[in-house]
Amino acid sequence: MLQQIEGSRAVAESVALCRPEVICAYPITPQTHIVEGLGEMVKAGRLKGCEFINVESEFAALSVAIGSSAAGARSYTATASQGLLYMTEAVYNASGLGLPIVMTIGNRAIGAPINIWNDHSDSMSVRDSGWLQLHAETNQEAADLHIQAFRLAEELSLPVMVCMDGFILTHAYERVDVPTQEQVDAWLPPFQPRQMLDPSAPLSIGSMVGPETFMEVRYLAHQKQFQALARIPEISRDFARAFGRESGGLARGYRTEGAEILVVALGSVNGTIQEVIDEMQEAGVPIGSVSLCSYRPFPVDHLRTMLAHARHVVVVEKCLAPGQGGIMSMEIQTALTGLAPNVATIIAGLGGRTITRKALRAAFERAHNGILPPLTFLDLNEKAIAREPEITSGELLCR
Amino acid sequence: MFQIRIHGRGGQGAVSAAEILSVAAFIEGKYAQAFPSFGSERNGAPVMSFCRVDDKPIRLREPVMQPDALIIQDPTLLHLPGLFEGLAPEGLVLINSTNPQIECPVGNRLAVPATELAMKYVRRPLPNAALLGAFAAQSGLLHLESLFSAIRAKFPGEVGEANAAAAQAAWDCAQELMGAYASAN
Repeated sequence: MLQQIEGSRAVAESVALCRPEVICAYPITPQTHIVEGLGEMVKAGRLKGCEFINVESEFAALSVAIGSSAAGARSYTATASQGLLYMTEAVYNASGLGLPIVMTIGNRAIGAPINIWNDHSDSMSVRDSGWLQLHAETNQEAADLHIQAFRLAEELSLPVMVCMDGFILTHAYERVDVPTQEQVDAWLPPFQPRQMLDPSAPLSIGSMVGPETFMEVRYLAHQKQFQALARIPEISRDFARAFGRESGGLARGYRTEGAEILVVALGSVNGTIQEVIDEMQEAGVPIGSVSLCSYRPFPVDHLRTMLAHARHVVVVEKCLAPGQGGIMSMEIQTALTGLAPNVATIIAGLGGRTITRKALRAAFERAHNGILPPLTFLDLNEKAIAREPEITSGELLCR
Repeated sequence: MFQIRIHGRGGQGAVSAAEILSVAAFIEGKYAQAFPSFGSERNGAPVMSFCRVDDKPIRLREPVMQPDALIIQDPTLLHLPGLFEGLAPEGLVLINSTNPQIECPVGNRLAVPATELAMKYVRRPLPNAALLGAFAAQSGLLHLESLFSAIRAKFPGEVGEANAAAAQAAWDCAQELMGAYASAN
């Protein structure tokens, strides 16, 4: 049913429709409204057959989810920022043990300095943990991706993070079509664990693996990501057939036909980028964009095909690898090895800095004129950095 | 696309106002987006929220920088730097004030005693519903009935009825004032 609801509420409704059996969470802004909503549903008896477990930390939240998932229960949690850092050890355990947990990340910056606002530093910090990472562009997509995530996770025995921009999506009210229980039941089969802890048939999960096989385990984890690469678009198509709308998939192009400049980004900023693209196309600039949904697995071949014909690829990133630059840009460079496009990085929106149409357009115009530097910090306050002359007097890193 | 920026103080319900407005627009079949200014809000501190209404899906995620309308929940905010930023000369300004002639540097001003109406009908100094009733009259953007439905959805039961009554009273007050402004010009 179409509803005008908060993004967090839409996700809570969507997760509830997936009939999770265990939800454990520890509150952290901007994710809190999601688990609050689910907690209310469990308490009110609306979400039946589900145990809501209050824990003392994020580390415990994911550890409990690991235990419940290993015992064969469909398990869910959510976190953000420092909360994700605090559970990092468990993050690697969940994927290493092949447990199909679904976790929402309300993407938020990492301190210090402390900052509660949106960027992608948190989920990027565990990009190599072996989880699948899907990014939502809208609240509709955030809601839909959770339904797809449970199916994907359980089919592949891999945990999935659904990343949605903190505040920008989690706290925004917009129109969301929340499916019915019948629709979700018909599409998402009950969880059939591949292996599970059961006192009547004892087994060990997570025994020590020595040098003679550890590398093989990691090799298989890498191969598993390729399986996901094939399944993500199929599941997205299957979802579209059942629910009547496009959500998820590896990456979506916008006005890419004949575009000489292609902008690549993750998440909600794609909406603003598309507005700028319409303005610039109107002015005759051949520009398009690619919204990347699947960050892990990283769809190398798919992106290579989508971006190959461009002259300039501009990667807009809400994260930074200090001393290196853009994180996703590096991976896109690799995907484009041997091809013509020139790749430039725009670091934008760190710690919730507003990303405006105006600033994006100015940067894209520079790309069009061939004068966009390899690395730009969007809307950098030059006055503020001039107060640190001993750092900035040297050669500027952003040149 | 019609864009609204709401300025209030923490605790006055600026975020709820944007939400209710978006729900009312949704009820009329429009696309709407409402979101807060994402600060670490404290009671009494200046806060902002935003609402966009359109006939097609809204993709833009930047804050409202060129508002078609401003709703100012507290007249003491009128001196806040940047309050009117981006507002067109003919843009709408709705102010919660007992002084219908309150000075406003730019825009098409309407001042209604929303807090007083809230005290009368809701018995709490929460000017939201009254301001939205006046806004419906001033902007013509939505029907009062849709606003009532949105208010009742947010506040079920008696509280909703009281808020709807405050919205109706403010709507009447706004109609009267707009008539008075027009004949004065």
